[in-house]
Amino acid sequence: MSTVTRASRRDFLKIAGTTAGGLFIGFNWFSCDSPKVEVLSTEEILSQAKNFNSYLSISPTGDVVIYSPNPELGQNIKTSFPMVVAEELDADWEKVRVIQANLDTEKYDRQLTGGSGAMPHSWERLRTAGATAKYVLVAAAAKTWNVPAEEITVEKGIISHKGSGKSAHFGEFVTEAATMTAPEQVTFKDKKDFKIIGTPVKNVDAKEMYTGQPLYGLDFYREGMLHAMIQRAPFGMKIKSVDDAAARAVTGVQEVVTFGNSVAVVGSSTWPLMKAKKLLRIEYEPEGKVESSADHDRIFKELLASGKAEVRRKDGNVDAAFKNAAKVVSAEYQCPFLAHSPMEPENFFAHVKGDKCELIGPTQTPDRARQSAAQILGIPAENITVEITRLGGGFGRRLRADYVEEAVEVSRAMNAPVKVTWSREDELTGGAYRPAVRYRFEAALDESGNMIAYKLRGVGMNAGNTTREHNFPSGAVDNVLIESVNYESSITTNAWRAPITNFLAYAEQSFLDEVALEAGKDPVQFRLDLLQRAKTNPVGELGYDVDRMIGVVQAAKEKSNWGKNPNVKQGFSVYFSHRSYVAQVADIAMEGGTPTLKKITAVTDCGMVINPIGANHQVRGGIVDGMGHAMYGNLTFENGVPKQKNYDTYRLIRMKEVPEIETHFLTTDFDPTGLGEPALPPTGGSIANAIFAATGRRLRSQPFIEQKEFSDIKLDIRRA
Amino acid sequence: MATFNLKVNGKNHQVDVEDDTPLLWVLRDHLGLVGTKFSCGVAQCGACTVHINGNSTFSCVTPISSVGNSEVITIEGLSEDGDHPVQKAWEEVDVAQCGYCQAGQIMQAAAFLKSNPNPSMDEIDNAMNRNICRCGTYHKIREAVALAAKTK
Repeated sequence: MSTVTRASRRDFLKIAGTTAGGLFIGFNWFSCDSPKVEVLSTEEILSQAKNFNSYLSISPTGDVVIYSPNPELGQNIKTSFPMVVAEELDADWEKVRVIQANLDTEKYDRQLTGGSGAMPHSWERLRTAGATAKYVLVAAAAKTWNVPAEEITVEKGIISHKGSGKSAHFGEFVTEAATMTAPEQVTFKDKKDFKIIGTPVKNVDAKEMYTGQPLYGLDFYREGMLHAMIQRAPFGMKIKSVDDAAARAVTGVQEVVTFGNSVAVVGSSTWPLMKAKKLLRIEYEPEGKVESSADHDRIFKELLASGKAEVRRKDGNVDAAFKNAAKVVSAEYQCPFLAHSPMEPENFFAHVKGDKCELIGPTQTPDRARQSAAQILGIPAENITVEITRLGGGFGRRLRADYVEEAVEVSRAMNAPVKVTWSREDELTGGAYRPAVRYRFEAALDESGNMIAYKLRGVGMNAGNTTREHNFPSGAVDNVLIESVNYESSITTNAWRAPITNFLAYAEQSFLDEVALEAGKDPVQFRLDLLQRAKTNPVGELGYDVDRMIGVVQAAKEKSNWGKNPNVKQGFSVYFSHRSYVAQVADIAMEGGTPTLKKITAVTDCGMVINPIGANHQVRGGIVDGMGHAMYGNLTFENGVPKQKNYDTYRLIRMKEVPEIETHFLTTDFDPTGLGEPALPPTGGSIANAIFAATGRRLRSQPFIEQKEFSDIKLDIRRA
Repeated sequence: MATFNLKVNGKNHQVDVEDDTPLLWVLRDHLGLVGTKFSCGVAQCGACTVHINGNSTFSCVTPISSVGNSEVITIEGLSEDGDHPVQKAWEEVDVAQCGYCQAGQIMQAAAFLKSNPNPSMDEIDNAMNRNICRCGTYHKIREAVALAAKTK
């Protein structure tokens, strides 16, 4: 019978919110697969399945349902998490269905997406979920067949006993196994026996995405639901008066609701609200600092010179070392604010019903969404459910719950189910940006060109600690002083993919390039010498594994043919980046007198690679993202309002601006670390260092295209 | 408000909306066809791409009053069972990260390949430069378009 049931992922669509993991989907435009094959819907499977633990249910048909608790925003967790569970279960991947779990703080901890932390946090939990279920299935088979459990083998969902010749699929034993107590401790598989982990497994949502099925928060509609769009105040301003007469006159507008410093237009469809929002006449008055970019530039310079700094790290005596230095190198680097601009704008559905509330939408932090709603409504968090949709990107923006709170406010005011939708203009002007930062680096060299002292001082706009004080080159230099100054701006900031390091890594790796060249050393050898020092005679605390960092540097040097081709100018960078190690080399060749970015080679050590497709995706995507924002990204302010309001002025990288990217992963035995962020930080550095090598122009601020050093450079991109 | 008769994915529909309502919002809010995505609203990103009489069109800036009795095809109607060569190539190459822009990318690629069945890589790049992917899946988009051209 195991041959007649075959799962088709598209019948996820039939689930319609009835299961524990429930998707919200209500449409189904699809016919079934070939009639020769009996296709069970996931709902049908779940109706008879036995639950083994928070991650896993198995039905008597042998079909396996795996719940993926963490929000999926493109990091591929919804595919890679289940791969780990299925591996330890020894399941047949073809018989696995994946369901996005709802928020459930009793079943799951750390049910969030951020910090490239999900896989390192959950690795053992996922393995345990699969291994304990396999243990009881084997025990049930042993009992049924009356054979020793140790003699039983499991492969692709088939349990076998060689001696007796007995063999059956999981489904035969689920009823019995589900009554058994799982052991407290289980033995994991030897990594060399992995059959799913390390193999290329395709995205579990592929079919739905490529046929336009409703998956994302913005795709959620419910009968009777109202739509809302919101006008928010400029930073540092508050509402003085609201004239909503013209907005209310738009056909389709049902109500205008003011709460806090926001004005919501509410109606039964989106377009009338977009028009009405533009007709709101709102007068604002200053409430705090009303800032412009010119203010920020001035503040940066003042605070670098005299701001009250927090000392993050101090080794040796930098003053004495600089005094005795044969050579001093110093430079300042600055980056602008950036919006996250996920392709799916912020949106959320809320239905406040008395002392209960239903929340559905794209969030990286479902529990924060729930806590925020509980606080606004003054009800217990347990009274609130959160259904997590697929996220059309996040990049850190959906760590915040501001747009969830808006949906709750409007739903309460309207006493109706409401979906709040942001426009792209709202997204770019709505705050929670990557903070603007300016750094000053100083290095002291002795007569042999050794770096004897290193100083870093960062000033950030609501950036918290602008440094990563225990990262390289700390540990490799005798005298170090690392300080950070925070400026409290009225412009709201938030984690943005690879927080702080998305710019710090570029600045640091560019500066180290400057120091190496001043010291008359090859930039790669310069770093290797420092790393050797950190290995043999480390100074103070090291936040990184020196050997793993050396590993990626050496491999990148080799894979990129570093320094071997006189016609290719290369730029190097390396970063210990959100638990993984990434080294990059950018190649620029002069072609017809034009510098041409031909290739970026990236070597990553992220421990064991779970899914090579996903890993390659994250590294290339991280590099494209890092390159795009280093080249073009800029958000500037005038009187508390961003000047760039849509993609016509806020430039994102496009197809023709992407070079060939060659990726390599070191084979190591370390447990897997995340990949959502690690490849991004080193990118600006490798490109800027290559541009310097090719043109002699040092780019010390982003975006590159707006720097005067870049104004007469036409950088061609050679595409793969 | 006015009544408009539309032909979408081979079916006739009637909607009552203001005549400046973009086709995008008619599809999403009134016809329940949410595969066509909203992202920029100003014809800059291509997430809203549909075919009108076979031509790829930004539905976010196409007023319903301009559609008339043109043939509108959305991602939901590109193929019977998700088996258009471009969709199959997207699956084979495993293009998506977050996936939000991909319906628009597929619609753009499908219209492009219809007008240019044997494109060079440069022509693919030019055609696909119209659509933004914030996750940076451009290498795979390029690969999938080339594969679709080969396997059609």
